[in-house]
Amino acid sequence: MKKKSLLQQAAGAPYIVWAALFIIIPLVIVVYYAFTDKTGAFTMDNIVSLADYKETFLISFEYAFIASLICLAIAYPFAYIMSRRGQAAQRIMMMLVMLPMWMNLLIRTYSWMNILEKNGIINNILADFGMEPLKMIGTPGAVIFGMIYNYIPYMIIPIYNVMSKIEPSLLEAAEDLGSGALSKLRRVILPLSMPGVISGFTMVFVPSVSTFYISQKLGGGKIMLIGDAIERQMQTSYNYNLGASLSLVLMVVILVSMVILNRFAGDDDLLI
Amino acid sequence: MKKFFTVCLAAMLAVMPLASCGSVNSEITSPVGTYTTEYAGTTLNVFNWGEYMSIGSEGSLDVNAAFEALTGIKVNYMNFESNEAMYAKIKSEAVSYDILIPSDYMIARLISEDMLQPLDFSKIDNYHYIADQYKNLYFDPDNTYSVPYNVGMVGLIYDTSVVEGTPDSWSIMWDAKYTDNILTFNNPRDAFAIAQFLLGQDINSENKADWDKAAEKLKEQNPVLQARVMDEVFNKMEAGNAAIAPYYAGDYLTMAETNPDLAFVYPKEGTNIFVDSVCVPKNAQNYDAAMLYINFLLEPEVALANAEYICYASPNTSVTENPDYYLYQNEILYPTAENMPKTQYFHDISPEIRSYYEKLWEEILLADE
Repeated sequence: MKKKSLLQQAAGAPYIVWAALFIIIPLVIVVYYAFTDKTGAFTMDNIVSLADYKETFLISFEYAFIASLICLAIAYPFAYIMSRRGQAAQRIMMMLVMLPMWMNLLIRTYSWMNILEKNGIINNILADFGMEPLKMIGTPGAVIFGMIYNYIPYMIIPIYNVMSKIEPSLLEAAEDLGSGALSKLRRVILPLSMPGVISGFTMVFVPSVSTFYISQKLGGGKIMLIGDAIERQMQTSYNYNLGASLSLVLMVVILVSMVILNRFAGDDDLLI
Repeated sequence: MKKFFTVCLAAMLAVMPLASCGSVNSEITSPVGTYTTEYAGTTLNVFNWGEYMSIGSEGSLDVNAAFEALTGIKVNYMNFESNEAMYAKIKSEAVSYDILIPSDYMIARLISEDMLQPLDFSKIDNYHYIADQYKNLYFDPDNTYSVPYNVGMVGLIYDTSVVEGTPDSWSIMWDAKYTDNILTFNNPRDAFAIAQFLLGQDINSENKADWDKAAEKLKEQNPVLQARVMDEVFNKMEAGNAAIAPYYAGDYLTMAETNPDLAFVYPKEGTNIFVDSVCVPKNAQNYDAAMLYINFLLEPEVALANAEYICYASPNTSVTENPDYYLYQNEILYPTAENMPKTQYFHDISPEIRSYYEKLWEEILLADE
C-alpha cells in the first residue's frame, strides 16, 4: 500500500482522538472495574459471581432472539414489497417507518404502558365489545412486543437498502432460466439480501439484549433482563465492579454471537 | 419523592394559562432573617431530589429566583433521583456541590465517611422554627451537620372501589383475592421493609437469617404482584390499573386529587419514617452562601411554598402552625399523637448486609419469572 502523506495522516487524527477518548478509554475502564474490587485490588470474584446471573443471561438472549426473529419475519416481506414500488411510494413508506423514531424511546414505551394496562386502551375497547380483559402488562409478551415495536425500523432499513440494489434484470434472468417464484426467492433474492438481514438482525438483537427501560416499564419490574441487572448495580447498589463485569461478559457474548452469525452469512453455499 | 410523570402533566397544564401572563412569583415579601449581598455574583451549587422544591413551575414561588433577588447569589440547581445516585455522584468528586438534601440513612453514611462539614448555626437564625421532635435525630444526634427539610412516612394506598372493608395490615399485599392488583416498591430496601414489618423484625437488622426470612416472605408475594414500581405508581393508582400499593403519604394526597376512590392507612405493624435534611459537603466551594441559603429555606414564606408544592410533611413550625397552610392539621401528613403509627427509620446498613440483601433481591426477581 502507498505510504500516506502527512496531510492524510493529520486528517485522520481527530477521529483517532475521538475513538480513543470515547471508545477505547471507556472500554479500558470497564475492563479495569470488572477485574478489581472496591479497593482497586485485582480479583476474579466479579466474574465468578456471574454464575448467579446465568438465568438472567439466558432470558435476555431468548427474548432478544425471539424479538429479532419476529422483526425479521415482518420486515423481510415488507422491505421486499417496498423496494419494488415506485419512487414516490418508497419515499412515503420509508417516512412511515421512520416517523415513530422521531419520538423518544422513553415516551413511546411509556405510552405503550397506558395502552397495555389493565384499564388501558386495548382492554377498554375489549370491554366495549363485552369481552374479558387481557393480561398484557407485566408479561414476557409485552416486553418482547416492546422490543419489536421499538427496534423494527433497524431491521427494515438495512434489508430495504440491499433489496433496492438488486437489479430487476437479475430477477428477469432468473425467470428466463425457468425459476418459479419460490426458487427465485431462494436462489436470487435471499442470497443477495443476506448482508442486509445480518446487519438488521445485529441492529435489533444488540439493543434488545441489553435493554432495561422496556423490561422495566412493560415488564412491570417483574421481568429482569441483563440490562436491568447492570442498571441496578450502577444506580442503586453502587457496585461498579459487578456492573462492569456484567457489561463486559455481555459484550463478549454479543461479539461471539455476531462472529458466528457472520460466519454463517459468509458461507453462501450453505444458503443456496 | 418522585412524581415525575404527574408533575410533567401538571406543569404542562399550568404553563398554558401562564404563557399569556408570564408571571412567576420570584420574590418573597417579608424575609424574617437578614440577608447580605456580600456574596453577590458568586454561584451556589444545590443538589436536591427531583420535583422537591417550589421553583415556580406552577405559578408558585420560585425559591431559587427569590434567593437570587435577595442576595445576588446565583443558584445552580441540580437534581438526583435516589440517595444512591447522589452518593455515587459526590463520591466520584467530579463535581462539587454546596448544598445537598439527602435522607437520614444517607446522611449517617456521609457523616461516617467524613464527607460533610459542620454547619455554622450562628448564621442560621431561622433554625428555631424546626420542631423539637426533629432535632437530635439519630443520624445527627448533636444537630451539627443537618437541618431537616421534609418528613414523610410510607403507608398503604388502596382503591375503595376494589378493596373490601378497611385494611389495617401490610398482609393485604399478600392476599390472593387481589392477585394482579397489588404493587410494591421496585427497590430492595423499601420492599424488604414491608416484609420485615410483617415479620416483626428490625428493618435495620444486621442478622442475615432475618433477611433470609424476609426474602422468603417476598418470594411468596411474587404470584400476586402486578408490578414493582416507583414513579409509575401515580399512573397506575390514578387510572385504577392497580388497587393496592405502598407509597409516601404526601404522594397519596397528589393521587387522591385525581382518583377520589383512593384511601390511605398506616398499617398496624408499623412503617418507615424518613427525614430529608439539608447538609453541606466537605468540598463545598461557597460555604457562607450555603449558610444564607439554608436560613432562607427556613423562612416562613419559603417553607410554606415548598410544603404546599411538595405535599410532604414539614418540620417547620411556622408552616405547621399556620392556619392558612392548605394542609394545615391534615390527618394523614400530621397524625395526632394517638393516631401516630409505629415507625422505624432506615439506618445505614453495613456494606456486608447491603450486598447480602442486594443478592437476595436478585433471587426474588429471578424467582418471579
